[in-house]
Amino acid sequence: MHKDINRRDFLRRLGLGGAATAAALAGCDNVAEKTAGKLAASADDIPTDRMTYRTNPSTGDKVSLLGYGCMRWPTVDGSSVRDGESDIDQQMVNRLVDTAIAHGVNYFDTSPAYCKGHSEHATGIALARHPRESFFIATKLSNFAPETWPREKSIAMYRNSLKELQTDYIDYMLLHAIGMGEGMEEYENRYVRNGMLDFLMKEREAGRIRNLGFSYHGDIKVFDYLLSRHDEYKWDFVQIQLNYVDWKHAKEVNPRNTDAEYLYNELASRGIPAIIMEPLLGGRLSNVPDHIVSRLKQREPERSVASWAFRYAGTHPGVLTVLSGMTYMEHLADNLASFCPLKPLTDDELGFLYDTADLMMQCPTVPCNDCKYCMPCPYGLDIPGVLLHYNKCVNEGNVPRSSQDPGYARERRAFLVGYDRSVPRLRQASHCIGCGQCAPHCPQSIDIPAELHRIDNFVEQLKQNTI
Amino acid sequence: MLRKIRIALSAAAFATVTLLFLDFTGTAHRWLGWMAKIQFLPALMALNIGVIAGLVLLTLVFGRVYCSVICPLGVMQDIFGYFGKKAKKNRYSYSRPLNWLRYAMLAVLAIAIAAGVGAVVSLLGPYSAYGRMAQTLLQPVWMWCNNLMAAMAERVDSYAFYTVDVWMKGGITLAVASVTLIVLAILSWRNGRTYCNTICPVGTVLGFLSRFSLLRPVIDTSKCNGCGLCARNCKAACINSREHRIDYSRCVACMDCIGKCHKNAISYTVRRRPATDSGETAAPSDGARRSFLAVTAVTAATAVASAAGKTVDGGLAAITAKQAPRRRTPIVPPGAVSLDNLTERCTACQLCVAACPNGVLRPSTDLARLMKPESSYERGYCRPECTRCSEVCPAGAIRPISRADKSSTRIGHAVWVKANCVPLTDGVECGNCARHCPSGAILMVASDAANPESVKIPVVNTERCIGCGACENLCPASPFSAIYVEGNERHSLI
Repeated sequence: MHKDINRRDFLRRLGLGGAATAAALAGCDNVAEKTAGKLAASADDIPTDRMTYRTNPSTGDKVSLLGYGCMRWPTVDGSSVRDGESDIDQQMVNRLVDTAIAHGVNYFDTSPAYCKGHSEHATGIALARHPRESFFIATKLSNFAPETWPREKSIAMYRNSLKELQTDYIDYMLLHAIGMGEGMEEYENRYVRNGMLDFLMKEREAGRIRNLGFSYHGDIKVFDYLLSRHDEYKWDFVQIQLNYVDWKHAKEVNPRNTDAEYLYNELASRGIPAIIMEPLLGGRLSNVPDHIVSRLKQREPERSVASWAFRYAGTHPGVLTVLSGMTYMEHLADNLASFCPLKPLTDDELGFLYDTADLMMQCPTVPCNDCKYCMPCPYGLDIPGVLLHYNKCVNEGNVPRSSQDPGYARERRAFLVGYDRSVPRLRQASHCIGCGQCAPHCPQSIDIPAELHRIDNFVEQLKQNTI
Repeated sequence: MLRKIRIALSAAAFATVTLLFLDFTGTAHRWLGWMAKIQFLPALMALNIGVIAGLVLLTLVFGRVYCSVICPLGVMQDIFGYFGKKAKKNRYSYSRPLNWLRYAMLAVLAIAIAAGVGAVVSLLGPYSAYGRMAQTLLQPVWMWCNNLMAAMAERVDSYAFYTVDVWMKGGITLAVASVTLIVLAILSWRNGRTYCNTICPVGTVLGFLSRFSLLRPVIDTSKCNGCGLCARNCKAACINSREHRIDYSRCVACMDCIGKCHKNAISYTVRRRPATDSGETAAPSDGARRSFLAVTAVTAATAVASAAGKTVDGGLAAITAKQAPRRRTPIVPPGAVSLDNLTERCTACQLCVAACPNGVLRPSTDLARLMKPESSYERGYCRPECTRCSEVCPAGAIRPISRADKSSTRIGHAVWVKANCVPLTDGVECGNCARHCPSGAILMVASDAANPESVKIPVVNTERCIGCGACENLCPASPFSAIYVEGNERHSLI
């Protein structure tokens, strides 16, 4: 039935909830107006009944526009699990989940792969303390490793997810990151040849999976192919990367990516709700160059830099929920401020953000996520060390363009002194011989030797004062 | 009062010269670099007539104030002497001058300069002796303190301090400096300015002049009661209180005696008659002097600790530390003009070594150029924007050179070592030498002339090579680079 609705209907139905909430709030509740959307010192300052919801057209689920990404749970030593070595801080996870649910967050997105495989377990414990019908669980079939491709292994992974999450049904089930690696070939191996896609569709019919969809990275052919089979598979949702830089500049950030504008419009034209990942571009839209900070802050002094990216993602009416991996209570509080309720961006503000994206592209950071797949470099370089130092300097405004810049001397010192601090001399870019052995390992497809030579060249210009 | 002025001035001068040897940032030299250039022996080597004339005039007017104020080695001895006097008051006594020794040392120095035997000049010169101590013994401490500050600055996200490498630049130089320090410390603790009045050639020259100085301390015989307190406090051992005579060739115009005299019998005043004073015959030399000569003659060598291969954690490949290749001709920095010019003029004060920010300069271990600077590129290379050594050299051994001139001065030439070259050994693209050559002297050509697709190897256009060592330093082959620099005996322009 839902396949009969046209695009406009779909957008209207999906957007209705959010628009209504925002309209109802505009002017009627002065207390809420004063606090909503502003930088919140703590989650306690945010009203608990103002969350913006979107309606899933196929199941009628009222999903909170802020979804909780469960891949960055905090550890007992205080860092995010992805960075640190220690175990998940379950107490903190419980507190985060409780606070989120208290403020109306009801979508929790995890995977058997997250947090070194412990995310589902920790999320399950935290959620089991709440009534099952008060939240939606999203998890994925993360059968990346070839040894998990056989049907029984993949089914075991799925069954284990149910067990870890302490539930007998999954609200949102995803084929995880289709388009990665070998593209179509890998997709076929993971979901088609082993019959897993059929299996999951059967589970959906049986009601143990309420919504079936996929998340997409990389090869656009797989995305297009899966959508072309929409009539057959009836995707209930699709998870895509969307943010104000990726909207038009995805190829510049990462040549393998596709502009979010295309992805989103493809989904919207078929009436498939979009779930948004990487609304912050892996944190790079919250940690931005100083001149971008002042630009954004000047316009909305009381909102955080990150809030622009969240509001941007939430403003698109075809978006069901925007995922954020919130490690700390401060992240959660700031995001709640953006979504309780969402104040959609005006056309003027959208234009302002696209201009901001154009500005950011003028001194772009290297899209290195410090995954260290390129390491060890056989010639001893610390590749992520060099790239991250460069990015840090871009963001802090310590990459002078000319020796005539007013802050040139200070910026030059910060760049060069910081360089020696971040990376030992013998591991710096000047030692890159350009053998190219690193490049094929980079999941972001960075041309590492070219970037290192560019940075080395820049360092030389700084040292010789010839910039 | 005069004594206080002397102490204040000498403290300032001493701190300044010391700072020049400690400072690795080049900041101190911009303002205070002249302090090194007014040192007597370096000025003489640099044929800096103005400075020499000024110092001669200074001595002819005020006596040997140079030895009390400007000379860092003299002030250093006064510091040891101060503690010596604390341990035992009135410890000095008059002794006869050892003129034969003084003039012999001066003659040795003159002959050494004329004959170009630099080691003698560098061993005897007071300023260079002090420089060696400051550079080898004090600068590492200074740098470690700096590194501590840098670590703290890093924690508060400040860029005020940066970490520097502290490394053993020359074992022989360190040994010579240590021995000089110990011997001088003992001598000055016990006997004050023994070195200055027996061995130091600068002291001898200035002493010869100061006999005729306009101003001098004079004993008023009408007031003097012959108590001898002045003589027992004279670190130069030059006051013959019994005969009411002062040996002005040895007096360093420290003004200590003026204040010591209870009768105000000594005053610093204008001379009236030409003096005919100075000891005639040789006094028995004491053991300490002999030991000094013996010990300075012996130079103990300690092994240079080579940087061991760094142990690294999982994600980083181990890096083998570079070793210096055997160079047939040593490399000397731009501005040195030629190996001979540097060897002739250099007093081995280590000021350039202390100032080099790139870890290039280090004292030579070669006997003919002992402790004089030479370049090597394991730790860094002679960077195009740096002319630091040429700016600080007080002796004209490394003459001032502009960045532009430096970039076109051929101090050496690169030599390719086929056996080490990474494209041939590892089969990968490289060209790091060519990429970093500031003069474009390295070209990458196919290793197999018949096959243009074969891996590329570097060839050196010697005409354009300036010998800066970027190629050698950044070559991925280690411990021995696949391309290294041979020095040019005489520098030339491209």
